Amino acid sequence: MAATFTLLCVGIFLSIAVLAVLIGQTRNSTPAIYGGCLMISLLALAGGIISLLTGAAGTEVVLPLGLPWIGAHFRIDPLAGFFLAVVNLGGAAASLYGIGYGRHEHEPSRVLPFFPAFLAGMNLVVMADDAFTFLFSWEFMSLSSWALVMAHHGERENARAGLVYLIMASFGTLVLLLAFGLLAGPDGFYAFTAIRTHHLSQLQAGTVLVLALLGTGSKAGLVPLHVWLPLAHPAAPSHVSALMSGVMTKVAVYAFIRIAFDLLGPPDWWWSVPVLVMSGGSAVLGVLYAMMQDDLKRVLAYSTIENIGIIFVTLGLALTFEANGLHAAGALALTAGLFHVLNHALFKSVLFFGAGAVLVSTGLRRMDHLGGLINPMPVTSILVLVACAAISALPPLNGFVSEWLAFQAILLSPQLPQWGLRLLVPAVGALLALSAALAAACFVRVFGIVFLGRPRTPAAQQAREVDLWSQSAMAVLASLCLLAGILPGFIIDSIAPSVYSLIKARMPVQGQIQWLSIVPVAESRSSYNGLLVFIFSAVSAALAAFIIHRFASRATRRAPIWDCGFPDPSPATQYSAESFAQPIRRVFGTPVFRAREQVEMPEPGNLAPARIIVTLHDPAWEALYTPITNAVSFVARQLDRLQFLTIRHYLGFVFFALVTLLMVLALWP
Amino acid sequence: MAVIADLAIQGIQMLLVLCLAPALTGFVRKVKARLLRRRGPSILQPYRDLWRLMRKEVVLAENASWLFRAIPYLIFSATWVAAALVPTFATGLLFSWSADLIAVTALLGSTRFFLALAGMDVGTSFGGIGSSREVMIATLAEPAMIMIVFTLALLAGSTQLSSLAGFMLTSPVGLRVSLGLALIALVMVAVAENGRIPIDNPATHLELTMVHEAMLLEYSGRHLALIELAASLKLLLYVSLIGCVFLPWGLSPPGADVSTRLVGVGAYGLKLAAGGFLLAFFETTVAKMRVFRVPEFLGAALMLGLLGTLLLFVSRSL
Repeated sequence: MAATFTLLCVGIFLSIAVLAVLIGQTRNSTPAIYGGCLMISLLALAGGIISLLTGAAGTEVVLPLGLPWIGAHFRIDPLAGFFLAVVNLGGAAASLYGIGYGRHEHEPSRVLPFFPAFLAGMNLVVMADDAFTFLFSWEFMSLSSWALVMAHHGERENARAGLVYLIMASFGTLVLLLAFGLLAGPDGFYAFTAIRTHHLSQLQAGTVLVLALLGTGSKAGLVPLHVWLPLAHPAAPSHVSALMSGVMTKVAVYAFIRIAFDLLGPPDWWWSVPVLVMSGGSAVLGVLYAMMQDDLKRVLAYSTIENIGIIFVTLGLALTFEANGLHAAGALALTAGLFHVLNHALFKSVLFFGAGAVLVSTGLRRMDHLGGLINPMPVTSILVLVACAAISALPPLNGFVSEWLAFQAILLSPQLPQWGLRLLVPAVGALLALSAALAAACFVRVFGIVFLGRPRTPAAQQAREVDLWSQSAMAVLASLCLLAGILPGFIIDSIAPSVYSLIKARMPVQGQIQWLSIVPVAESRSSYNGLLVFIFSAVSAALAAFIIHRFASRATRRAPIWDCGFPDPSPATQYSAESFAQPIRRVFGTPVFRAREQVEMPEPGNLAPARIIVTLHDPAWEALYTPITNAVSFVARQLDRLQFLTIRHYLGFVFFALVTLLMVLALWP
Repeated sequence: MAVIADLAIQGIQMLLVLCLAPALTGFVRKVKARLLRRRGPSILQPYRDLWRLMRKEVVLAENASWLFRAIPYLIFSATWVAAALVPTFATGLLFSWSADLIAVTALLGSTRFFLALAGMDVGTSFGGIGSSREVMIATLAEPAMIMIVFTLALLAGSTQLSSLAGFMLTSPVGLRVSLGLALIALVMVAVAENGRIPIDNPATHLELTMVHEAMLLEYSGRHLALIELAASLKLLLYVSLIGCVFLPWGLSPPGADVSTRLVGVGAYGLKLAAGGFLLAFFETTVAKMRVFRVPEFLGAALMLGLLGTLLLFVSRSL
């Protein structure tokens, strides 16, 4: 029932895409298309939430499409329901935002048709119930998002982003194809129900897990497969960036969960090792990269890598616990991961919407050209502030809850019998704590440089508040951040069916705990009550304000900036994004990025400006991609000679190839 | 009836921390002055300073935003809530289950987040330098703190401060390597978090070295008073935290009678005095570090915390 309904929604998305091709050039096409997407996303969101809450396995729908005699299988179980809810929540918000933001698009016909297609693709991946449909939908999602990345193809950087994205997406699909090949086995069990009954040997299962980690990790942006992400996400229009960063990466997380927890059967303990290593590295490296960037949207894209790292850390923990039969701990870790999936979709969308609002009102993305936007853009700035606080894991917002749950899961892991894991897990815990602290630093920098201080350019000075559609899209998501933070018990309980469907265990029912606290294991161990912390802080702030206004002087005088008695009229003297990051670059950047600062002083008497030059080396590019590119170029150069042979040589090659093949066939046992 | 008693204890505890915080700051200043053979201001001077600041008008920079004016209240309330969650003279506080030690760390993290934003609001180079150094220090101090929390929580089987203190009080904990490492790391983190020498100097206005003060430069009047009070509260919080976890003697258990409670209050006063004296003594014996030596100091704290956790992970008996 639910599957049919959602398929119907997908069908409507696709027809909206076709409609957009037809009417893309007309005057009112933008609100019409985005409005349609908003309606359908809301419907699909409702469908997702219902199938999540009912917790039923769902019936299978087979469409006579795809491979002959197999057809396309679709099904919505609670896990799919949860991700459908996340996808369509993000989709609805992006559509709402798009109604306002889309008006600033110069060439709407380059964006409008692909936007609903992208939404349809993501929905299809989550619903797919056989390997062929899954991979087909995966490619559809990748290609439609690629088209959106290339919407402003005129800019040189975007063309490069598109190329890198295409290559990495092909790599990911290829790896996933191999993984599903192994899963399906020689008999071709394509349907997921058949795959579940098909038992793999330990080695094969391990190979599938590594392949799945590479394939989904390249889409989600795990280091070192992340290189396309910070190029592609900023290149797209802002509401599409929000979808790609906040939602599409979650579809990749879904794919990993589906393969690792559902299709593969019981896990081995060592599976979690590559997951934990890659994800812990991603969490810290992602945010360090973000700290070094100057482009607002690129900072956000790198911070997505960090959050994906956090999510995969919890998935790795869940695999570890499952392998050792610690089901309650596994359920806790998986709940933390899914909670963070929702959280990241919420606050990262707000942040990208905010970046889009800044882009619309100033035309700028470089943080060093912005500043002081809090005064002209009060609504946007407070909503972005909420999202910044949430992503920095500050209580009582939602980011803190998932992080707290993840820490609680780590605290359960001394029960693990394997020595390797007992060393690895606390190290990953330290990485998680480090990434949280760095994320707070990163978002102080983002908000402080962009919204606070004095405007650095005339464009920033003349900024205006954005339209009501964009504001309301941000407002809805930001208030959801607060709600999920102060009432986390309800979210945990709604996630529980999907956790239960995977590992046959769940966290204690939070709805029955007094005062709406959340308790991961037992009350004596740990508990947290976001609502009470919120009320408690609000009351004490109000009390302080009341007492201050009652007894203290209320006189206020506006005066020029004091600045230690050294007022300077130029806004260039305030801290810039670069200078703010300098201490952290010195501390962490030197070992990781081989950061080097060079000061170029002109000769005495020469009036040329002094320069400070910072060089950073990207370890992922240098250690992994440059050798691959070099190898490819080398092979290409060698093969290049084949192009200039005579017809005699070509015929000779064909002859030898034929003989070799025949010999192989003859000798084949 | 029991609820009312619990509520009263919680209320007394909240008022107690608020009233004692400036005294602790004054005490540390006084001891420092005496150790330097100066007379020093009275212990009550911080109260007079706060009162004086409250009566003064606020001078706001022309381009200061609403956030700049809201932040003092946010910082004060978050610090107060965090301080209220740390058992001072009694365990089993009413609100202790609403947030654990991780949440206390995160609450303090949010005060820093907002203070750093306040430093950048007006758009001066001093504010920026303070904020950027503050977040740099935090990126090491916060994970170190979390690792300390891990060590304690693994030992006691709980991140709840009341249970933690109860565990330390009742179980034969003995001398443990992990606990020792955690104590050293916690002291280092506390020194850094409160902006004390050798990380920062709370009494300086020397531009090149200041961190905390640099962020506050543009604050005046009642706003400054609130931030100063919050800073005192934070110092008190860390001393109480160390006291309740590592020196839990005298803490009155839930449902104790009045005399036990009074013993608890007395023991708490002694702990504060001892903590303040040791801090002042430490501060007079070391010199302020260069800013870029701070990562080494805090890196050591992080390593100690991690080592403490690792030791617990690899050995079940320790």
